[in-house]
Amino acid sequence: MLMGVYSLLTASFFVLMDAVDVAFTEAAVGAGISTILMVTVLSMAGRFENRQLHHPRIALFVVLITGVMLVYGTFDMPAFGDLNAPVQTHVAPYYLQQSAQDIDIPNVVTSVLASYRGFDTFGEVVVVFTAVIGVLAMLEFSRKPDTTGDEPAPMYQHKILRIVGKILIPPIMLFALYVQFHGEYGPGGGFQAGVIFAAAIILHAMLFGVESTRKAVSMPVVKVLAAVGVLIYGSVGVVAMLNGGRFLEYNALAENPITGQHVGIIIIELGVGITVATAMMLIFLTFARRVGKANGESA
Amino acid sequence: MNFLEQYNYWIVIILMMSGFYIVIAHGNLIKKLIGLTVFQTSVFILYISMSKVTAGTAPILNEAYKVYSNPLPHVLILTAIVVGIATTALGLALVVRIKEAYGSVEEDLIQEKDLQQEGSE
Amino acid sequence: MIEHLPILQVIIPLLAAPICLILREARLVRWFTFIASALAFVNSILLLQQVQTQGTISYSLGGWVAPIGIEYRIDLLNAYLLILVTSISTLALLAAGPSLRKELSERKETYFYVAYLLCLTGLLGILATGDAFNVFVFLEISSLASYTMIAMGRDRRALWASYQYLIMGTIGATFILIGIGLMYMMTGTLNMYDLAERLPEVQQTKTVFTAFAFFVVGVCLKLALFPLHLWLPNAYAYAPSIATVFLAATATKVAIYVLLRFIFSVYGFEFSFSHLPLQEILVALGLMGVFAASIVAIYQDNVKRLFAYSSVAQIGYMILGLGVGSKTGLTATLLHLFNHALMKGAIFLALAGLIYRVGSVNLKAFSGLGKQMPWTMAAIVVGGLSLIGVPLTVGFVSKWYLVLALLESNWWPIAVLVLIGSLLAVIYVWRIVEVAYFRKAMQDSAPYKEAPLMILIPTWILVLANIYFGIDTGFTVGLSEQIAASLFEVAK
Repeated sequence: MLMGVYSLLTASFFVLMDAVDVAFTEAAVGAGISTILMVTVLSMAGRFENRQLHHPRIALFVVLITGVMLVYGTFDMPAFGDLNAPVQTHVAPYYLQQSAQDIDIPNVVTSVLASYRGFDTFGEVVVVFTAVIGVLAMLEFSRKPDTTGDEPAPMYQHKILRIVGKILIPPIMLFALYVQFHGEYGPGGGFQAGVIFAAAIILHAMLFGVESTRKAVSMPVVKVLAAVGVLIYGSVGVVAMLNGGRFLEYNALAENPITGQHVGIIIIELGVGITVATAMMLIFLTFARRVGKANGESA
Repeated sequence: MNFLEQYNYWIVIILMMSGFYIVIAHGNLIKKLIGLTVFQTSVFILYISMSKVTAGTAPILNEAYKVYSNPLPHVLILTAIVVGIATTALGLALVVRIKEAYGSVEEDLIQEKDLQQEGSE
Repeated sequence: MIEHLPILQVIIPLLAAPICLILREARLVRWFTFIASALAFVNSILLLQQVQTQGTISYSLGGWVAPIGIEYRIDLLNAYLLILVTSISTLALLAAGPSLRKELSERKETYFYVAYLLCLTGLLGILATGDAFNVFVFLEISSLASYTMIAMGRDRRALWASYQYLIMGTIGATFILIGIGLMYMMTGTLNMYDLAERLPEVQQTKTVFTAFAFFVVGVCLKLALFPLHLWLPNAYAYAPSIATVFLAATATKVAIYVLLRFIFSVYGFEFSFSHLPLQEILVALGLMGVFAASIVAIYQDNVKRLFAYSSVAQIGYMILGLGVGSKTGLTATLLHLFNHALMKGAIFLALAGLIYRVGSVNLKAFSGLGKQMPWTMAAIVVGGLSLIGVPLTVGFVSKWYLVLALLESNWWPIAVLVLIGSLLAVIYVWRIVEVAYFRKAMQDSAPYKEAPLMILIPTWILVLANIYFGIDTGFTVGLSEQIAASLFEVAK
C-alpha cells in the first residue's frame, strides 16, 4: 500500500517539475498497475518476513560507496533550474523551437516521443511485449490440472461497490479513448490511454471475478492484439521505407510532410495504445488467475 | 550556497541509497523488488530534475509562455517507467513461480533447499 | 534497399517476434525464427562488405539527423560483432528443434522462440545504435528476454537463477541509466559521437568522472566481470540448452562491445586510461577473474556450470587484453571475443546433444560416453583444447596475441600468470576427458546413442570453425587489427 502512496507522491513531484506527461504515467503505472500486482502477489506469498537481514554490513558498505560517488558527482553539476545548463542549451532548444514547424502539434513531449525519438518508443513497446511473453511463458500453464472450483469473486458481496463499479467502467474507457486521441494537445497519449483502458478491465475483474472477465474478453484474441500493436508500429516504419524515406520517417507517409507527421503519430500512438492495454490486461489476468488458484488450494 | 542549489539531487541520492540497500540486504524476494522500484524511481527524479527550468512551464506550446522545461528527459523517463513496470511484472511472475516451486519467498530458505538438492545429486 | 541495411538488421528479428506469436504453431514458428535469423546473418555479411568499401555508415532513424534524432552507425567494430551474433544465433536455432522438444512442453516452445527473437533483436539493437539511451532500451529488451528464456529451464533452480539475474541485471541497467543521465546533464546530448565531441570540454569535472564510473560498473555487471559475476554460473547452468548456447556465446560479448565503444569512441582512450587508474583495475580484476573462476571450475560436478565458470575466466582474459592498453592488447581482446564464442558455442551445443540423450550433465553420467557418443565427446574435447589454447585451435591464436601484448609492454610476470591460468583449464578439461574416455560405462543403463544429426551438424560446423580459424587466421586477425587500429585512431 505504501508503494502506491510513494508513487502518487512521486507523480505529484513530477507535476511540480513541469513533467505532466511523466506524472500522468507514473500515477497510472506506479500507483495503479504496479501496486495491484504487488498486492496480488503478496496475498499469495504472505506478509510474513524473516526479519534477518543479509550481510547488512556489506550492503551498507556498497550503498555508502555508491552514495559517496554520487555526492562527489554533484559537486560539479549545473545548479538546479539553471537556464544555461548544457541540457537546456544543446539539442533541447531545437525541439522547442522547431517542433511547431516540423510537426505542428503543441505537446512537444509527444512530438519528441513519437517522432524525433520514435525509435526509442518503438523499443519501449517491444519491452512491454517482451514482458508479456515472459509473464505468459511463466504463469500461463500450471502443471496441475485446472481445479474448476467456483470460488466467489473477491468483492462479490459488496453490492454498492459493484453498482458503482458498473457505472464507472464505461466512463473510464471513454476517458482512455480521450487520452489516446488528445495526446497531441494535452498530456497523454497511447501509453497512458492503454494503461487506463486496462484499468477498466482490471476493475471489472476485481468486482466480478477473474473468471467472468476472462469470459468477457477472449484471451487468444487479446494475445494476438498485443502482437498486432507492435506490428502496427513497425509497419508505419516499413511503409515509410517503401515510400522512399527512412525507417519511421513520417514525412514520407503523405504528400505534405506535416500531414505525414500527423498520420504517422496517430497510427503509432494507436499501436502503442493497443499493445499496452492488452499487455496490462494479459499480465494482470494471468497473475490473478494463477494466484487465485494457489489461494484456493491452500484454503 | 552550492549545496542548496543542488538540494534536489541530494534527495535523489538518499532515495537511491535506501532503495539500493533494500535490494541488497532484504531476504524477502518481494521486498527486494520493491527496493528495486524505489531505486529506479530515484533515477527518474534525477532525470526530471535536470529538465526543470526556473520559471519554466510544461512543454506544451502555448502563446502565453516563453520558457519551457526540457522535453527530452521527460520522454526518456516515460520510456524508463515502462521498462521499470515491465521488469517488475516479470520479477513478480518469477516470485510466484518460486513460491510454487520452493514453497517460500525467503532467500535463505531457498538457498538451503538448493544446497540439499545439490547434496543429494 | 541497400541503404536500409542497418535498420533491417534489427527490425527483421524484431517484427518476426510478434508474427511468431500470431502463428502459434510451434513447428511453423521454429522455421520462421530460423529464417529470420538466417536473413539477419546474410544482412550482417552485406553490411560488413558495405562498411569495408564505403567506410562508416550512418543511418538517421525517422529522417531526423543526429543529435536531434536517433542514429544507427555501423563501423568495422559493430559489423564484426553483428556477424558474430547472427551466425551463432542461426547455428543454435538449427539445433533448437529436437533439443527444445525434449526440454520444454510444446505449448511453451512458441514463447521460447518469441523470447529468443526478442533477445536477438535487443543484442543487435545495442550493437547497431549510435545513441546512448537507445543502448539502454535495447539492453532491457535483451535482458528481459533472457530472464524469460532462463526461467524456462526444467530445474526449479532455473527460476532462482533467473530471479537473481533479474535483480543484478536491473541494478546494472539502472547504473548505466545513471551514467547516461549524468553524461547528458553535462553535455546536453545523447548521441555517442556528439558526446565524444562535447565531453572533452567538461572532462575535468567530477560529474563526468562519476558518470563514467557508474556506466562502467553497470556494464561490468552485465558482462559478469569478476567479482560481479555471481549471477552467471547458475543462469547458464540451468537455462534450456539452446538458451545457454546463445547467451554464453553472445550476450557477454555484446556487453564487452558496449564497454569498448564507450571507452574508445565516446570518452576517448586518453581520458579512460590516463586520468583514471582504469588500466590497473582492469588488469587486476581480469587476472583475479581468470584464477578464481578457473579454480572454482575445477571443483564443479555439473559440467554446464563448470563451463559457465570457465566463461567467467575467459571474460577475464578479454578484460586483461583491454587493460594492457595497447593496440596488440585490443587485438587480442577482439580476437578472443570471436574465438570464445566459437569455443563455447561448440561446447554448449555438444552438451545440448548430450542432455538430449543422457538427460543429465553431472560428471558421473559422463562415464564411458567417449565410446558411446564419439562425435559429441570429440566436439567437447576440441572445444576444451581450444579453451586451453592448444596450437591449431582458435584458442591458441588469441592467447598468443595476449601474451605478445603483455611482453610488448614488458609485463612478463603477468604473461607467466596467463600461462599458469591456462594450466588450470587443462585440469578441468582433463577431468571430463578422464571420466568420458577412461571410465567404464555404468552397468545398469543401456548404451546411449549418438546425439541427433540436427544437433551434431551445427556443433561440428562450430568445431571445424574452431580449427579453421585456428589455422587460417587471415579473416579474424586481419579484421581485429584493423578495428584496433581504427579505435586507437579515433581516440587520438
